[in-house]
Amino acid sequence: MQKTGAQILVESLLAEGVDTIFGYPGGVVLPIYDVLYDADIRHILTRHEQGAAHAADGYARASGKPGVCLATSGPGATNLVTGIANAYMDSVPMVAITGQVPTSLLGKDSFQEADITGITLPITKHNFIVKDVNDVARTVREAFYIATSGRPGPVLIDMPKDVSVGVAEYTDPGPVQLPGYKTNNEPDTEQVARAVRAIEESERPVIYAGGGVVSGGAHGELLELAEMLLMPVATTLMGLGGFPGNHPLSVGMLGMHGSKYANYAINECDLLIGVGVRFDDRVTSKLEEFAPGAVIMHIDIDPAEIGKNVGVDIPLVGDVRLTLRKIIERLRPRLASQWRDKIGVWKKEHPFEFVENGRIKPQEVIQEIFNVTKGNARITTEVGQHQMWAAQYYTFTRPRTFISSGGLGTMGFGFPAAIGVQVACPDETVIDIAGDGSIQMNIQELATAVHYNLPVKIAIMNNGFLGMVRQWQELFYNRRYSYTELDNPDFVKLAEAYGAVGIRVSKKSEVRPALEEAMASAKPVVLDFPIEREENVYPMVPPGEPIHKMLG
Amino acid sequence: MRHTLAVLVENSPGVLARVAGLFSRRGYNIDSLAVGRTESPDVSRMTIVVDGDERVLEQVTKQLHKLVDVIKINDITVDEYVDRELVLIKVNADSAQRGEVMQIADVFRARIVDLGRKTLTLECTGNDGKINAFEESLRPYGIKELVRTGKIAMLRGSKYTGYQDNGTKEEI
Repeated sequence: MQKTGAQILVESLLAEGVDTIFGYPGGVVLPIYDVLYDADIRHILTRHEQGAAHAADGYARASGKPGVCLATSGPGATNLVTGIANAYMDSVPMVAITGQVPTSLLGKDSFQEADITGITLPITKHNFIVKDVNDVARTVREAFYIATSGRPGPVLIDMPKDVSVGVAEYTDPGPVQLPGYKTNNEPDTEQVARAVRAIEESERPVIYAGGGVVSGGAHGELLELAEMLLMPVATTLMGLGGFPGNHPLSVGMLGMHGSKYANYAINECDLLIGVGVRFDDRVTSKLEEFAPGAVIMHIDIDPAEIGKNVGVDIPLVGDVRLTLRKIIERLRPRLASQWRDKIGVWKKEHPFEFVENGRIKPQEVIQEIFNVTKGNARITTEVGQHQMWAAQYYTFTRPRTFISSGGLGTMGFGFPAAIGVQVACPDETVIDIAGDGSIQMNIQELATAVHYNLPVKIAIMNNGFLGMVRQWQELFYNRRYSYTELDNPDFVKLAEAYGAVGIRVSKKSEVRPALEEAMASAKPVVLDFPIEREENVYPMVPPGEPIHKMLG
Repeated sequence: MRHTLAVLVENSPGVLARVAGLFSRRGYNIDSLAVGRTESPDVSRMTIVVDGDERVLEQVTKQLHKLVDVIKINDITVDEYVDRELVLIKVNADSAQRGEVMQIADVFRARIVDLGRKTLTLECTGNDGKINAFEESLRPYGIKELVRTGKIAMLRGSKYTGYQDNGTKEEI
């Protein structure tokens, strides 16, 4: 049966199991929107295309399914760029669909034309421009396959308008055939044997787990391996929730704002097992002194990550879950570990701490959020000090409950991401822990949350500063606070103007009741916490120092 | 060290941009890149000469492999291979110099492909050592214009780096 390109696109999306799209209409995507009008797909209209991309990202991270966003050509497409780059850096499966001017107008600087495939070349796993309506179905199939297999990532499909309105016979394209694309799921048997020997010979092993554990669904295997060998587990920011933060073997987050005990453990370990990590500079800091006495083992599905930043002694290229399973099958359990006991002492001696002084401390607010939600919420964050406090003071016990912009560090990510999370998890409590700077980057999405009755809670750690930048200015620029002080709007009135609930907390005793009131509300709620203005995030590894030399 | 990579890619628009973009944004240095289609119209071959140590080369290879359009990569540096480059050189050659230039062309088995009133245009093929020597020999006369294709290479004997339509990849 003959169908238009737009009809084929939507049918292909349905065939891929898509039930939700985050998008924003415009001239050249009108044919697609016209088909969506009757389609069995929920479309969430955000107020900015960046919001759509972040919402699709949050949806994907919470659900494990690919997130889909849709925008028109030119400015619509370029507004997706930050969201696509964010998904790329954090390996999030996403399919971004953009409209494009008709093929006859391509390359002529036509109205609302932007070379979005050219623009997104370095920030997508792959991208397509569909120039023939007969290619639409196959392209969608390939895009979803690429986005979700191997190391996940964003894929963009650019649809010129004449392709959307052109007609073709719709047939299922069948299995994907991409001769240049292969995934490496099975680890090499010999390397697995080497890994097992190295683990058994080690006395002071540490697991360093990242986002790959979460996206690879390997949390069960990670727990099993750690418990078998009594190995301490540190996680990256992206790995939070991939190992229960309340487990005795957990040493929390490592790196620049990680726990002292995690960083000490890395510094003194004799075997470092990186699982689904990429040895980011925020983790390793001074590379030459990172895990100086350790044999380094690295498990990752992406071979290009092996040896990219650090030399690896035992490379294991494969699906994280499958690889851990193969290692576990060959290991004998360990019954006692002096190393674990030593780390236990460090944990007691160097807990996260802050000075209480009667004013509202962000660390306490985060702890109260944990207490009120009993740790059962999905937490998103923006980027900055509040993000690090959330990572330090909220205990994440389940995967996909901490959703934050790791690699790109995108201010403005958390709130639209929370919208995506709430769409994916309608019955759960979703809280965006925000800073007063970050929240203003995408605050217009309050309209989206209100319109769709998405009861996202936003907890603003309001210090009137771009807090993390101010902290660096304080520590490294002689307190010269160059353009980091903010004059903020009245967030309560702003929330109310959008039709959400606004709550201002002015003293410490109001923190808990305000949180309880917010959680009880069926509406989106903005909580404004005026926190200590010059509070810093500690511990902190100054840039260029080895990770065991921390401030605070 | 300079490495010669034989890279098979899908013959589709944008592939060159993907490969070149990858090199520039990762900070790898391309010495030369030559591209054209192969015996199969769906497949193009790139011969890429890249400068770097083993670690750089490993990353280059791995990152190239991640491109969906890249079908196969072989580092043929340590194998026996034939390589060629084509150069076109337009050199100053008035009537007094013309004979000398033609003698140089003979030595290098170059051909004169065009002549102007005061210039000669020559073509020469060979490996880059020969091309460099040819270029140096003509430099004293004043090179007006020069264009090189970049290196193309192929393994010697029965070894090959081809891609078969049945989906299997022949290893060298």
